[in-house]
Amino acid sequence: MTTAALPPYTKKDFQTDQEVRWCPGCGDYAILSAVQTVFAEAGIPRENFVVVSGIGCSSRFPYYTNTFGFHSIHGRAPAVASGIKMVRPDLEVWVATGDGDSLSIGGNHTIHMLRRNVGIKVLMFNNRIYGLTKGQYSPTSELGKVTKTTPFGTADRPFNPISLAIGSEATFVARSVDVFQQHMKETLKKAVAHRGSAYIEVLQNCNIFNDGAWDEVREKDARSEHAVLLEHGKPLIFGKNRDKGIRLNGFELEVVQLGNGITEKDLLVHDEKDPRPAYAFLLAHMELRPGFPTPIGVLRAWDDVPRYEDVVASQIQEVQAKKGKGDLMKLLRSGDIWEVKN
Amino acid sequence: MSTTTTDVPHRKREVIEEAVIRFCGDSGDGMQITGTQFTNTVALHGNDLATFPDYPAEIRAPAGTLPGVSGYQVRFSSRDVYTPGDAVDALIAMNPAALKVNLPDLKPNGILIANVDSFTETELRKAQMASNPLQDHSLDGYRLFPVELNRLTRAALKELGMDAKSMDRCKNFFALGMCYWLYNRSMDATLRWIDDKFKKNHVLAQANRLALQAGYSYCEATEAFQTSYEIPAAKLAPGVYRNISGNAALALGFVAASQKAGIPLYLGSYPITPASEILQELSGYKEFGVITFQAEDEIAAITSAIGASYAGALAITTTSGPGMALKTEALGLAVMVELPLVVCNIQRGGPSTGLPTKTEQADLLQALFGRNSEAPIPVLAPASSGDCFWIAIEACRISLKHMLPVIVLSDGYLANGSEPWRVPQLSELPDFPVRFETKAEGFHPYKRDPDTLARAWAVPGTPGLEHRIGGLEKQDVTGNVSYEPLNHEHMVRLRAEKVELIANDIPAAVPEGDDCGDLLVVSWGSTHGPVAAAVKAQRTKGRTIGHLHLRYLNPLPKNVAEVLKRYKTILVPEMNMGQLSLWLRAKCLVETQQLNKIQGKPFKQSEIERKIEEVLS
Repeated sequence: MTTAALPPYTKKDFQTDQEVRWCPGCGDYAILSAVQTVFAEAGIPRENFVVVSGIGCSSRFPYYTNTFGFHSIHGRAPAVASGIKMVRPDLEVWVATGDGDSLSIGGNHTIHMLRRNVGIKVLMFNNRIYGLTKGQYSPTSELGKVTKTTPFGTADRPFNPISLAIGSEATFVARSVDVFQQHMKETLKKAVAHRGSAYIEVLQNCNIFNDGAWDEVREKDARSEHAVLLEHGKPLIFGKNRDKGIRLNGFELEVVQLGNGITEKDLLVHDEKDPRPAYAFLLAHMELRPGFPTPIGVLRAWDDVPRYEDVVASQIQEVQAKKGKGDLMKLLRSGDIWEVKN
Repeated sequence: MSTTTTDVPHRKREVIEEAVIRFCGDSGDGMQITGTQFTNTVALHGNDLATFPDYPAEIRAPAGTLPGVSGYQVRFSSRDVYTPGDAVDALIAMNPAALKVNLPDLKPNGILIANVDSFTETELRKAQMASNPLQDHSLDGYRLFPVELNRLTRAALKELGMDAKSMDRCKNFFALGMCYWLYNRSMDATLRWIDDKFKKNHVLAQANRLALQAGYSYCEATEAFQTSYEIPAAKLAPGVYRNISGNAALALGFVAASQKAGIPLYLGSYPITPASEILQELSGYKEFGVITFQAEDEIAAITSAIGASYAGALAITTTSGPGMALKTEALGLAVMVELPLVVCNIQRGGPSTGLPTKTEQADLLQALFGRNSEAPIPVLAPASSGDCFWIAIEACRISLKHMLPVIVLSDGYLANGSEPWRVPQLSELPDFPVRFETKAEGFHPYKRDPDTLARAWAVPGTPGLEHRIGGLEKQDVTGNVSYEPLNHEHMVRLRAEKVELIANDIPAAVPEGDDCGDLLVVSWGSTHGPVAAAVKAQRTKGRTIGHLHLRYLNPLPKNVAEVLKRYKTILVPEMNMGQLSLWLRAKCLVETQQLNKIQGKPFKQSEIERKIEEVLS
């Protein structure tokens, strides 16, 4: 890859001529817009981007981004992307996926990709439903939700995607919201800068099959009783009036009202570099408890773990340094050989 | 090769054309190692040979039981060998269970070396034997040589201070030493191997050495064996040879192909019997820049390979029947995105988990048809262990030139069996350098070469060639998603034609033996050996018989229908219920006779000869 000056890309350079076919009002439009802007400003040659997807509304994404793209099969995008990365570690590979594609059929590939720390950035659009197939429940749908396939309500508890990502030892885990344009762009920029695996959950609204799933957390700037914005090095404060905070009490988190002797200094300060999963799990599980907000932002970001594709490449380099590049004739003639003469 | 046999009076050395020897014992007795060592030694001596390792499915069934019996058969000859032999000249049985399972294959008056020390009441019971065959005269029809292998091995190793169990574990080398004496073979190669394999454990290395030499000396010194045998070297074509198994040959072929293509080799695979060795072998060739990925499952194995192909590597995935089933959807994707990909199915007994360590060739129809919708894929099959090397290269050549996935069907018998293989010169390998697309002007992802209909290979990282591919139907040339009815039909026909056009690129079918006449026997895969031997033998009886062996199953060579019509009868022996038979009937509109054996074992030459006689009577 040369270090010649890059052309000054704009968002337009990352738009394709294909008519975008998402429903009017779909949250995906906002995500597409943010991604196109971030890609343009990333300082990476356009030809080095590859967007891989699976199946779902989310997975139509590559057709609308003017980069190399691969619309593969349901759930398998992380595996396809891993193959690309191992052969070309220098490429910037993104996966566009959804709650069904990533966590149902694709669950296995998701956890292994994260465990391996392959340098792939996964954008998971979570709308808590199966949109493309028109309204069946997904692994992130709430318990008891009535859908086309669960007329009496779902019988299973949902996955918490960021918890699953942390459980898979992911080195970058983040959550944003489709209508938080600025926040999304910042989060995506951080993902670009991260070298290892990144799992970014975007709370996305499917206005046709599951409208309003995330209304509670969608207030502008996350000024809501139900969302807390995580910022590295800053205390956890939330609420419409920013009058509530999260404090650590023993091994538990608790919500406290600021004032009456409780100040910002008493609150938990967010540390995205904390290597202990316990901290990240506490944050991730907050939303399951009544009165607690949903964490939005970068939960974890550490780059101290080597990328899988780099370990693979360095093994080859080490062997070649020691043995030289392979000699085919020598290989064919290896083992016990004998010669038959005329 | 050392000693003389003139020390003991009345001893003779008989020169014979060939011998079939089978080592059998409990899974823990080291029969595979013994068999492999003997094979390597006779190969180095210059004999042509064929092997048949017969493993049990479990890693370790209860010791001494019938399901735990493991065997290794090798036939070595001073003439061309096509099969490991229908019946055995010398059987080395380490325990009663092994004797029970393998005795039916020993020729009348064959040599039977049995380990007396293991014929105890307990072991006899495990083998479900009511009485001791070494004593009840049931073995009078054979030349029985009862040997106290345990006691003799322990005696040979007594200075080494090992415990009894460890010493007993070396008895397979004692038996091997005996066989080297019996067939006048040098112990040198095995001694070298012992030194290398056990270089970190001097006691064990010494123990195995001593056991081997003791076995040899035992035959030398005792009067037990009056005759030893000499099988002279075969007249193989001049060249450098090595013994090779099918899986090892596939691995070498893929490395060679990537060198010839000038692009890195990528293997995505998941361990499965009997294909795991390919992943293991290739993972050791990092100096060639080979990337191997042990994926989390079969589907990640193939989808990562498709990603690797998209990125510009020579991508392979290897598996067996059950894994092939899992890869079905991804195979369809590979067809749709028109990228090179070589998929190897080392067939085994099925259906479902089936018989993992037994051979079969019943996945042909799966390879031809096993996708949703019309998704034709070329299919190749090696004829022998050594041919696996050439098929690997050919599959890569076709896949790269025609920009589509290719399936290679090997089987467990070829994969684990071995034969002498002439190492080619580099100049004998075809050249097929890959050219990636670089020109942005006028580029369309689905624009095609008029001769092959292959689309260009435009890899990520190439400026100006940004494009999207995927599993949805595409408009030809532009590659945009299209559901347009006429376009779909056009694309379905085009993908089919792409496969048919490969027939212009492969050799015509040429039968061996008579090129027209009473009977044509058609074979594919590993049935090549027994059919070649059977047809050769039957032709000496004055019959006009041809043998057509197919390495290309899809597309078939252009002249196959014409060749088939030159014979009165067509016989297709195969290790399935008639899959090639069905395919030939459909494509060539001919009637076929079938010989189907689905027992987890290769055909015997005699089985095919019997059928030929039946068909021609």
